[in-house]
Amino acid sequence: MRNIIPILTVVGLLILVWYGAAVALNAQWARDVAARADKTLTFSELVADTWSQEKPKLPAPHQVGAELWETTVMKKVTSKRSLVYHTWVTFSATFLGFVMGTALGTLLAVGIVFNRTMDMSVMPWVIASQTIPILAIAPMIIVVLNAVGLSGLLPKAIISMYLSFFPVVVGMVKGLRSPDQMQLDQMRTWHASGMQTFWKLRLPSSMPYFFTSLKVGVAASLVGAIVGEMPTGAVAGLGARLLAGSYYGQTVQIWSALIMAAALAAVMVGLIGLVQRVTLKRMGMAQ
Amino acid sequence: MIWILFAIAAWLFGLSVNIWLARQKPSGWASLASPIVFGLTLIAVWEGVVRGFDINQVLLPAPSVIAARFATSLDILWIDFVQTVIKGALSGYIIGCGAAFVIALAIDRFPFLQRGLLPVGNFVAALPIIGMAPIMVMWFGFGWQSKAAIVVVMVFFPMLVNTVQGLQASDAMQRDLMRTYAAGYWRTLLKLRLPAAMPFVFNGLKIGTTLALIGAIVAEFFGSPVLGMGFRISTSVGQLALDLVWAEIVVAAIAGSAFYGIMALIEGRVTFWHPSQRT
Amino acid sequence: MQENQSVISARNLDLTFQTNDGPIHALKDVNLEINKGDFVSFIGPSGCGKTTFLRVMADLEQPTGGEVTINGVSPEEARRARAYGYVFQAAGLYPWRTIGGNIRLPLEIMGIPKAEQAERVKRVLDLVELSGFEKKFPWQLSGGMQQRASIARALSFDADILLMDEPFGALDEIVRDHLNEQLLKLWARTEKTIAFVTHSIPEAVYLSTKIVVMSPRPGRITDVIESPLPRERPLEIRETPEFLEIAHRVREGLRAGHGDD
Repeated sequence: MRNIIPILTVVGLLILVWYGAAVALNAQWARDVAARADKTLTFSELVADTWSQEKPKLPAPHQVGAELWETTVMKKVTSKRSLVYHTWVTFSATFLGFVMGTALGTLLAVGIVFNRTMDMSVMPWVIASQTIPILAIAPMIIVVLNAVGLSGLLPKAIISMYLSFFPVVVGMVKGLRSPDQMQLDQMRTWHASGMQTFWKLRLPSSMPYFFTSLKVGVAASLVGAIVGEMPTGAVAGLGARLLAGSYYGQTVQIWSALIMAAALAAVMVGLIGLVQRVTLKRMGMAQ
Repeated sequence: MIWILFAIAAWLFGLSVNIWLARQKPSGWASLASPIVFGLTLIAVWEGVVRGFDINQVLLPAPSVIAARFATSLDILWIDFVQTVIKGALSGYIIGCGAAFVIALAIDRFPFLQRGLLPVGNFVAALPIIGMAPIMVMWFGFGWQSKAAIVVVMVFFPMLVNTVQGLQASDAMQRDLMRTYAAGYWRTLLKLRLPAAMPFVFNGLKIGTTLALIGAIVAEFFGSPVLGMGFRISTSVGQLALDLVWAEIVVAAIAGSAFYGIMALIEGRVTFWHPSQRT
Repeated sequence: MQENQSVISARNLDLTFQTNDGPIHALKDVNLEINKGDFVSFIGPSGCGKTTFLRVMADLEQPTGGEVTINGVSPEEARRARAYGYVFQAAGLYPWRTIGGNIRLPLEIMGIPKAEQAERVKRVLDLVELSGFEKKFPWQLSGGMQQRASIARALSFDADILLMDEPFGALDEIVRDHLNEQLLKLWARTEKTIAFVTHSIPEAVYLSTKIVVMSPRPGRITDVIESPLPRERPLEIRETPEFLEIAHRVREGLRAGHGDD
């Protein structure tokens, strides 16, 4: 907790820089408008203007805040304009993909650690899967999956799953193999079976690695869901809002969608961190 | 039918070759051969499955079709490659990683800033940075500059966090030793802390290679002149010319692996002393 | 005959650490004179302050009371003047430098010209019997050899004082015996003043001209034993009655300090 003051200081500095940057970036537009009306602006008029433009290059923090308020609290959750609705759409794809990816990744990791054949035959597939930039072909995947009848939530979730399973596999393989030789020998002297060694030694030892991978995986899932929302004609979800905002030049809309996405990421990673702390504490492994 | 049998046979053959390779004494060529055999097996199985099950070639083209399209589109692929990889990804990578390294050195002097910056940096690294692509397009225009800008933002924080961690990697005993030599801050930095930080720095550099490529390609989905890999992919998807999409993917996979490989090679030279390089 | 010139002097030295669990009185009222050419061992259980005392001499810790002088000046000035070489418990060699490169490290920092560097490296490697290992990397050497390289590094810039913090603690007894013998030979050849921290009684008695017995809570000196043994000592001396008598006295001193356990 001694980090709280430095963190707040850095965040405070960032917000100040943000306000300053808003003035700098929006000044040109303000001056152009004034020039056309044959006026010149004083400095305070310039600053006030740059912080309240309709389509600013860089919206000021309070503008974004106002838009966020408008589209979350002031709109009905079921309305197509509610940011809460869009966030929910993105979140459901992220969550489904994340759960599938974690399950798949864990199963693969267990298989790889326990079965030499799987280790030799599956590991290369896992590594190769990451050389294909799935995000880059997200549009293609959505189209192909739509063509075979899968649409809506599932294609996006599949992209999310693809992105989140890899960190889980890598982390869990490392974690399941982390007990040192001395501890494994100890298990042998007790004539423990493979299953017993797994549940009593390997799995507990892998917990720190597991949670670290989950954090990476959930962030990757979110990116997958957002990018997956773009090709379908930008209808629903935070990615769609981002794309729509960029098509129609609605900067404040883009920024509010971005902040929501950031908040969503923060909440998910934070929740995992919470579960991590509680679990590791109960296991006596608290860092 | 023949194709399906061919696919099964190819898979079994590739698997047995790889198992045989795994039993050999570890050597340079054996470790290189394994992924190559794997890749060839994959291509053979793919070809067999697509033709054997008569899969719609528009949806999932066979490798032979992709290869044909690749060969006839070399000029387009090259222009796209230069636009996206060289101009967008590479320049963003150099600027982003360079800035992160310099700033890490700068804040090294101020533990207060470090304590505040690291949590914030870790947090930002988890955010969907790619969402800033439309904003970058608005600020820097449609050209490669906006893509480079996205890449800068994407690689900056992982590189910063890794470099800061690396600078803290030298242990107290070694820093004490430097104190007994009355070595000042810069001498200690140059002779001890920077070399000790290299494994972490290269971890950040390697992570950055994948982020840079993906960032540059996906950023182009949000607006780009009529060239670039991301542009080509999204328009080809619209035209259902999926063989060209796959051809671009081949370029992306090769470029990505080569970029990562070059970094790993340099890492091997610079951090030859680290236990991970010696096993 | 050596002049009894005081090289390291501690007067009413006091050091209290402030920790999360309350203050720790690491050193209390320590008074000691170390003369030129002495080989002084510091022995005691964990927490008795022996390493802390060494670190105060090296200007790696600051006292909270009293004073320490090295060669008549403060530890900080002595450090700036590179008056001593420090050997840690672990060799601490840089894995990215060869053995020769590691020994050159302090020489580079101190601005010694290249030609002279090469000559010094050769000389100290000879002293610790590691000639020919100049181009090897630390991980290619055994623990004992790495520690010898670390000692060579401390000797390379000709400081008159050597501060050694349990340098052989992590090594097995056979290697240790060999290194003890070598260290004594080195001491005889170079006539340095050595302050040596250990928790092995035979090692302390074997190596030193003066043994300082310390005890914990608070860290203090309980006995200073001037060794009557001759300066030239083969390993067999460890079985003589004089040796055992001194060892007995050390053991008594340690037990007295531990009396409250």
